[in-house]
Amino acid sequence: MRFIFDRNTWQEIFGSISKNKMRTVITVVGVLWGIFIYIALSGAAKGMDNGFESMFETIARNSMFVWAQSTSMPNEGYKTGRQMQLKIDDAVMIENRIPEVQYIAPRNVRGFFGAPPANIGRKNKTGSYSLFGDYPAFTKIAPKKIYDGGRFINDEDIEQARKVAVIGERTQKELFDADENPIGGYFKIDNVYFQVIGVHKYEASGGFGGDGDIFIPFTTFKKLYNTGDNVGWFSIAAYDDADVVKVEENIKNLLKNIHHVHPDDDRAFGSFNLGEQFNKIVGFADGITFLSLIVGIATILAGVIGIGNILLISVKERTKELGVRRALGATPAEVRNQIILESVFLTVIAGIMGIILGALALAGINSMTQDIDFPYTNPTVPIPYVIGALVIMVVLGTLIGLIPAQRAVSIKPIDALREE
Amino acid sequence: MIEIKDLHKSYKMGSNSLHVLKGLNFSIAEGELVAIMGSSGSGKSTLLNILGMLDEADSGSYTLDGVPIKNLNETKAAKYRNKFLGFIFQSFNLINYKSAMENVALPLYYQKVPRKEREEKALKYLEQVGLKEWATHLPNELSGGQKQRVAIARAMAAEPKVLLADEPTGALDSKTSYEVMDLIQNINDEGNTILVVTHEEDIAHMCKRIVHLKDGVIVEDKKVEQVRAAQYVK
Repeated sequence: MRFIFDRNTWQEIFGSISKNKMRTVITVVGVLWGIFIYIALSGAAKGMDNGFESMFETIARNSMFVWAQSTSMPNEGYKTGRQMQLKIDDAVMIENRIPEVQYIAPRNVRGFFGAPPANIGRKNKTGSYSLFGDYPAFTKIAPKKIYDGGRFINDEDIEQARKVAVIGERTQKELFDADENPIGGYFKIDNVYFQVIGVHKYEASGGFGGDGDIFIPFTTFKKLYNTGDNVGWFSIAAYDDADVVKVEENIKNLLKNIHHVHPDDDRAFGSFNLGEQFNKIVGFADGITFLSLIVGIATILAGVIGIGNILLISVKERTKELGVRRALGATPAEVRNQIILESVFLTVIAGIMGIILGALALAGINSMTQDIDFPYTNPTVPIPYVIGALVIMVVLGTLIGLIPAQRAVSIKPIDALREE
Repeated sequence: MIEIKDLHKSYKMGSNSLHVLKGLNFSIAEGELVAIMGSSGSGKSTLLNILGMLDEADSGSYTLDGVPIKNLNETKAAKYRNKFLGFIFQSFNLINYKSAMENVALPLYYQKVPRKEREEKALKYLEQVGLKEWATHLPNELSGGQKQRVAIARAMAAEPKVLLADEPTGALDSKTSYEVMDLIQNINDEGNTILVVTHEEDIAHMCKRIVHLKDGVIVEDKKVEQVRAAQYVK
């Protein structure tokens, strides 16, 4: 293997390659294109993957919502069409009976589902906003970023039914002056004074919710609107390793049991399983990544075969040259090594150029999609993929180079020289 | 220097066997300039290929500088060729993408001579054939005679024991032929052993000895009065 590190070998190869420019360029373009496609595709797939991830980062991935509807089957003497109502005790039951549930947050809302929004006022400013009654657990399921100096609702707020509120950025802008610190400030919700304890940062999360949402303790909400033990819906997060579809089914079965609903009645409780949707999208992104890997490798393969093909033709073209080299004392091994090294060298050069071009293309796509609403973030190709591709190229380049090299060696110098 | 005994060679052509060399015996001493003559089909090229280790004889012995040449594998043949022999071809066989100097330096590359030394030597031999100023030119920028002189410089660069020239003037007009022969004679004068295959009488008579081949046997082997090519070169 010493010839690989011999400067003379490389000078000879470089000479042969650089003096046959047309052949070299055509050869290089094949592999360059292959690796370019590979890098661009897998980078784009990764970018989409990242895009989907960032879409979901504002909410726990294995979370779901459960709400009440009306029955579609008679059961235990109750007739069809009975309006169901979730109760606060249901949350306790779910937490106790279903171990896969990590967090459960009962929620109520004004401004959605038919309930009028809350009227907000401060000094001479008024407005109407969606108002949520929440438990602290809610931020475990859908993390809210709170600006410095503020906080979300805590357990004491719940216990004492404090009149405190977390407001949105837009609410802050509309109720408070720009230079005014909203934390500790007071405003009215439906004629009751509340103190601001935090301002949450709005992040588009695909679900409902906006930059004007106001959160108050669940217990305060109950007093304010006289909702008793009623719950609008449950936000539930299962443990990371739980099967979300199974958990959803268990929860609904438990609720049917508690509320005397027929076990086969699928209409009594509605649910939306974010985890399931998320898994579908992740599966989709994985599929695209896999596809791009296959396509990329196939393209590289095609490129390398192209190199082999061109070298094979060039060996035929160079029969005489190789014969002369043999007559001048080149051993078969030296001729073979030269052809193989030419193949590998071309492959690697083309590969590196393709990687650079692919990276540039990815950077271009990234800056183009920066400001538009498209799930595409930070398209990167993991280093192992790049190294893997290079290794594949070197191995394939060697293997494919073996064919023309063997051919070059199999031609007897006397035959090579006789060819006029 | 060269000693062959009872050399036989036949080629199979389908079911027929063509007996090309039918028991050749001769020897060449160091410093000789020998012409091998014969019409086409006489076996002279086959003989040269065997002497050049590009082909192998069926039977008989071949000794080069005291080394018996037989049962060579390709690698060993390549090493011997590199060490013992310099080739001059009718069609020059320069590598067209290499400059004159690089062509001359090529046998030295296969001797693992370092690049700098290689280039110095190549320039020295190019100077000897009068083409030092053309060192950086590609073969297609040279005339036929110049190409053959580059090829001669290349053959000599490895400092071989024997130079084998296969119709060295076959592709040249008579004026350049004489120039090339003049060069070959000068190289011979310095003590190099040279074998020239030719079918031209006048070229053969510029050697010191003529071996005449006909139908695979030596019909004549005589020493001749050498005609100096220099007198034709103005």
